[in-house]
This record gives sequence, structure tokens and C-alpha cells, in this order.
Amino acid sequence: MPSSLTRVLTGNRLETGDVLWWNGSDWSPHIADAVAIGDEGEALVARLVAEERINDPALIDVTGEPGAFVPTTTRERVRASGPSVRADLARGSLSTEVI
Amino acid sequence: MYRYDQYDQAIVDARVAEFKDQVARRLRNEITEDQFKPLRLMNGLYLQLHAYMLRVAIPYGTLSGTQMRMLAHIARKYDRDYGHFTTRQNIQYNWIKLEQFADLLDDLSKVEMHAFQTSGNCIRNISSDQFAGAAADEVADPRPYAELLRQWSTLHPEFSFLPRKFKIAVIASDTDRAAIQLHDIGLQLRKNDAGELGFRVYVGGGMGRTPIIGQVVRDWIPVGQFLSYSEAILRVYNRYGRRDNIYKARIKILVTELGIEEFTAQVEAEWALLEPLGLDAPQAEYDRIIAQFAPPEFDPAASDELDLSDPDFRLWVEQNVHAHKQPGYAIATISLKPRAGIPGDASSAQMDVIADLATRYAQDEIRVTHSQNLVLAHVRKSDLYAVWQALEAAELATPNLDLVTDIIACPGMDYCTLANARSIPIAQKIAAKFENDIAEQRDIGELKIKVSGCINGCGHHHAGHIGILGVDKKGEEAYQLLLGGSGAEDASLAKILGPGFDENGIVAAVDKLIAFYRTARAAPDERFLDTYRRLGPAPFKEAVYG
Ligand code: HEM
Ligand code: SF4
Repeated sequence: MPSSLTRVLTGNRLETGDVLWWNGSDWSPHIADAVAIGDEGEALVARLVAEERINDPALIDVTGEPGAFVPTTTRERVRASGPSVRADLARGSLSTEVI
Repeated sequence: MYRYDQYDQAIVDARVAEFKDQVARRLRNEITEDQFKPLRLMNGLYLQLHAYMLRVAIPYGTLSGTQMRMLAHIARKYDRDYGHFTTRQNIQYNWIKLEQFADLLDDLSKVEMHAFQTSGNCIRNISSDQFAGAAADEVADPRPYAELLRQWSTLHPEFSFLPRKFKIAVIASDTDRAAIQLHDIGLQLRKNDAGELGFRVYVGGGMGRTPIIGQVVRDWIPVGQFLSYSEAILRVYNRYGRRDNIYKARIKILVTELGIEEFTAQVEAEWALLEPLGLDAPQAEYDRIIAQFAPPEFDPAASDELDLSDPDFRLWVEQNVHAHKQPGYAIATISLKPRAGIPGDASSAQMDVIADLATRYAQDEIRVTHSQNLVLAHVRKSDLYAVWQALEAAELATPNLDLVTDIIACPGMDYCTLANARSIPIAQKIAAKFENDIAEQRDIGELKIKVSGCINGCGHHHAGHIGILGVDKKGEEAYQLLLGGSGAEDASLAKILGPGFDENGIVAAVDKLIAFYRTARAAPDERFLDTYRRLGPAPFKEAVYG
């Protein structure tokens, strides 16, 4: 993994399907609240899988600084910002412009 | 239209109760996601990029006004005020919450609808001709047979765990508006010289990773025996279809590997055993179902005159209205491809408008087309102007049916977890070049552009006159360009023209193709597809890459 990349933790809430990011102590619907995850990431994911309350927990690569993380893949940028074709439904924490 | 009897309703109610219990147990963590996922998929509930996505079955694409109003209500109450009509004549909602799902299913079942068999390796929703019951060229309404197939395939215990999904389409005219040759089974109802009805049966068509055109397994099966014959096909497939490799699991691969002769021989042998068992529906059941599709009471005195003095109305009539078999009536297609719109999307308010128009002017019936448009199949000509005005006010009267801006696009990477690239923005960018000039669109003529966001081909790119396929190129969205496909009676598979493009490149390439076609066509009414078939790919390639 290139050293410039940071990882953040994301998943979908079981009850609602909402896309969420881990802010260090809880889940947030905004990637702007995400914290960088270090070596503890894999253990965190394993715990979440076992708890069965967050679907598809995953560590994803982002660039940029905390508060302004931008995922490296288009797919994750779309998840973070909302559908690029519905600006009215954008999550607001990441502009659809970056997709 | 078909109305549920007590058995249909009991099946739906039981299934809804079962799944509600499964959802409740999942929410209480009594079952794991690994256990729950196959159950929710069997009930049409996927987890997509932004939330849960629900696919609701619309049998053979026919809906009542009441059902459409319920779809609008569901969009409003449980989703974000819109739905997406798909190439399989279904509707998808993109923002569903699991915790509200039980209530949603209750609402759906109140109008004789459900979501099961819209996913998974079972027989999926049966599709059909959107002009069924109204088309002048049909030998009979194909929907009673589609309904028989629906009843036969609903929770069919033997066919609930097939090697892979299974899609059946039924039509009743030589013009194919349902892409039957690109289905696992395609059925064409025909009439013989004695006036009897029977089916020509195609098998092994499909798109996706390995697109194949279906082949005729039997030229004539009497209508009275088509269920047992279908059962024989499914049995051969269920027994020998490849379960070892998901990419080879569709029936098209089995038919190709065995060859059509050997496959046919096996089906015939199976059918010889099955047919005497009396599996086919009795005549009384045919009669009961056919009676429910009896044509509406047309007014024989309905005027055939149409006042076309309003030029905008005239344009819409010329482009979006088809002849009805009953004098004084017409078939109106509602375009879900408005300017700057998303192909197939409709808001709750629009769904309500359409439902009310259907109730008031169109015998309370709406159809969904595989091109992601809607149809009012029985409109009095004298009501057409009022219908058009109401559609116009709801941005539903774009006169672009089958034209360059009437583009099919799958949800692509804006919504879909499987996507490699976005589809909708490509459709929008291509449409933007032409959407302000309807005269230019009409001059270009019939042109079917179809966009898929990955190799699964939900956007029918292999059946596009121009097909566009989203691919992943080192993490970037990229697009392949294909030409020469057709999903109609002249079915053909589009072929890759040359190297792929980025988003702007693919839009520019389509522009070049169209410009070249306009200079190269032999006559103003030679379609893009026909020019391509006449000249072959070379000059088109030169126009794009030269
Ligand atoms: C968003 C969730 C969707 C998922 C996960 C999905 C998944 C798939 C997959 C895996 C295939 C390939 C099947 C195969 O080749 O064996 C496929 C094919 C297809 N899907 Fe979808 N699809 C989705 C949405 C749609 C939509 C929105 C439409 C309609 C616009 C659609 C219509 C079709 C059609 C027509 C095919 C090709 C026909 C065939 O099965 O050969 N799907 N889909
Ligand atoms: S073609 Fe691919 S991207 Fe498009 S809806 Fe189907 S699976 Fe999703």
C-alpha cells in the first residue's frame, strides 16, 4: 500500500441500509467525520462481522486529510457522495463533483 | 386484467408472513446476515451502493391504475419519492429500509403485488408485449398464457433452485416488442391454417457475459400443451445445466454445448414422459384466465377522427402513438426519457398522474415496456388530446419514442454494486446533444442506444443498434462501443467496433457515428441499423477512429 494512502472504515446499517463511516467511537453518515484506521482495522472488521449489525464492513483507501477524505475508487466516491445524477439526494459531506 | 383468486392471494399472504418473520428474526440478530441474504434476495431485496434496493414484479408489464397508485405511495412513504422502471418491465426502489419492509410488503399485497422471484435462481417475472390486447398484428392476447406461466412458475418447488436465473417472454405477433430471442425461453403465439393457436418455442437466448440468440426448439406446440413442454425444457436444464461454474450456468450454455439437435431430442424425450401425466392446465382454467383478459368494451361508434392542428400534439401523435386494432382507439406510449432525465425513472407525482389518466381514459391499464417507457394501451382517439395535455404538464410527453434520445440505461455505478462504470450520465450526455432539436432526432430516425454499466448487460447493450458497455480500466471508468445489435424480430448481437473510450470520448464517438450514418444512408428512411448491416463495420470504424 503506498504510504500516502489512508484507510477508513465503512459499512451499511442493517436496519436502514444507510452508508456509514467510523468516526472513532461511533458511526456517521458523513465521510467527513471518518477517522483514519491503523493496524487495528482488521480486528475491528472481524468484530463488526461477528456483531452482525453492520453489513459489508470494509476498509477502503482514501486520499487527503481528515475531514476531507476522498476515496480512491469511483465506486466508493459514489457511495460517499450519493448518485452523481441526483444532486438533490447528495449526502452533502462529499461533493458529487469529485466522482 | 387478471385479478387474484383466493389461491393467488393466499400464496402471497403466506409468503409475506414468512418473510416478515425472517426480517424480524434478522433484526433481532437471531439469524446471521449470511443466513438472511439468500432469503432477502428471494424476496427481491438487494443491498446496493446507497441502501437496500427492492425490485417489485410487474407480471408481463401490466398494471392497473390502483397498482400504479400504490407504487407511487411506496415511493413516497418508503423511498425517496421515485422509482426506476427496468428493462424487465419491473420497478426498482433504491432507498428501502429493512425495518420498514414488513409494512411495505403489506401495502404491496393489498394490490395483488409482491417482490418474490425477482432475484435468485428461479423463474423470474414473465415479460411480454406492451401492446398486448391492443396491437393490430397479434393473433391473440399473449397475456393469458403469460399468466398461466406465472401461476405455474410461482413457487414451483422443482424450479426454485435452478442452476441460474431463468427468464421467459411471450408474444403473439411477428413484430417482436419483447426481445423473445434474447430470453431463456421465448414463446411466440401463432395461428395455423385451421385457426388453432400454438407456440413457436425459442430457447437459449440471453445477454450478459455470453450473449447468444435463442434457437427454435419446436416450431409448433399446441397452446393446450405449452406448460408441460416448458416443464420438459426446465427439467432438462435443471438436470444438466452447469452448476459448477456460474458463468456457464445459464441454459444458453447448455444448449450451445449440447447443440440444438441434441438438446431438442432430450426435451422431446422428457416431454414424451411428462405429457401423458396430465400436467397441463385443463380447458376450464384456460377459459377462466382468458375471460379475465377479455377486451374492454370498446365503443363501436368511437370517432376515428383526430384534430392535429396543435403542432406539438401532432409531433407526439406521430412519434409516440400507435394504431389500435379497434377503430376509434389508439395506443399511447409515455416516454420516461425526458430532457435531462434519468431513463426509466418516474416520480411519485408522475406515477399518480399516469394512474389517474389510465383510470379516466385508458380502461385502467398501464404497461411497462422493456425500453423503460410506459404505455396506455386503450385510449379513445377523441381523448388523446386531453391525455397529451396532462402528460405534457407532468413532463411525460417527450415525443422521442425509438429515437436517439430514447436511450436504455441500467442504474450503473450510480446505484449498482456490480457496476464498473456509470451508465446514466452517458445516456444523459448523448441525449443532451440532440434533445433540443426534435426535427433532427426525427431526421436521424429509429436509433436504439443501450447502455450497461457492466458485462451483466442489464441495459441490453448487446441488443443496441449502438451498444455501450462500461468497463474498468485501471480503476477508471471506460466504455466500449458496440454496433449492430437488435432485440427485435431481426435479432442480432452488437459487436465491438474498436478500442474503448473515456466518458467524453464515448459521447463524441456516438456523435461521429451518427454524423457518418446521415451521410452514408441509402435513403432518408434507411435506419442506422440497416445502413450498418449494408455497409458493415469498416466505414463506421473509419468514421470513429480514422
Ligand atoms: C441493481 C441491481 C442489479 C443486479 C445486482 C443485477 C444483476 C444481474 C446479473 C448478475 C446479470 C447477469 C446474469 C447472467 O448473465 O447470468 C443480469 C442480467 C440482466 N439484468 Fe440485471 N441486475 C440489476 C439490475 C437490473 C436492472 C435495473 C435491470 C433493468 C434495467 C436488469 C435487467 C437485466 C437484464 C435484461 C439482464 C440480461 C438478460 C439475461 O439475463 O440474459 N437488471 N443482472
Ligand atoms: S449491467 Fe451491471 S451495472 Fe448495470 S445494473 Fe446490471 S449489474 Fe448493475
